[in-house]
Amino acid sequence: MSATFDKVADIIAETCDIPRENIKPESHAINDLEIDSLDFLDIAFAIDKTFGIKLPLEQWTQEVNDGKATTDQYFVLKNLSDEIDKLIAAKGA
Amino acid sequence: MRFEYFQMIDRVVALDVAGRVVRCRSGVPQQSTVFEGHFPTYPLMPGALLLECMAQTTGWLVMALSGFTTMPFLIGVRDAKFRTAVFPGDELEFEGSIVHEGSGFTVGECKGRRQGKAVCEAQITYRVMAFPSPEFRQAILQWAEQIGVPVKEFIK
Repeated sequence: MSATFDKVADIIAETCDIPRENIKPESHAINDLEIDSLDFLDIAFAIDKTFGIKLPLEQWTQEVNDGKATTDQYFVLKNLSDEIDKLIAAKGA
Repeated sequence: MRFEYFQMIDRVVALDVAGRVVRCRSGVPQQSTVFEGHFPTYPLMPGALLLECMAQTTGWLVMALSGFTTMPFLIGVRDAKFRTAVFPGDELEFEGSIVHEGSGFTVGECKGRRQGKAVCEAQITYRVMAFPSPEFRQAILQWAEQIGVPVKEFIK
């Protein structure tokens, strides 16, 4: 598991009061962990602060609504962690 | 303040978009039906309405940041504190600032003071969305001008 995933899982556990051991790389934030949109904004706030990035939630939502992406691409935690790594890399580029 | 219209801010006295700070002034009304219930024989400004003052103060800053193209809707409050009783006739100052500008949401802070002394504070989260209608936006712009926001300086 990546260091990014570990930090994301810690954030989710703390923000949503979900046992840390239930949060796995293949967990879907919405479908498996039942995180609602309001709690996900708290998670996004914590992720943004922790990694010094801005998760493009509006863009992702638009892509999903337009059928150009699936929720799995952004809300399965290993994929979310990969997206965070890409944003961190883009920030440093 | 006009409780019955939920217009909690009398005047925006400073709005610094670059510095991410807004300062507002507002006077608690001497008379209101709110005080008949809160509380009989002991009128006291409700903490819930102080919270609304803070939400509106920082909300004006959030709107100015987008050039009044988006509307902030209150979705979360943390660490709200009401440090002292506020009475009819009190003159309050509020200072709001931005903690984080996320994608589709903004987290702000606000502090209320009376004669320089802390009265209340809170961290406030807004969902930031397009105005539901052009008419809604127009009404907000009109309201902003009425309380001293130099709308034309910010509008996009």
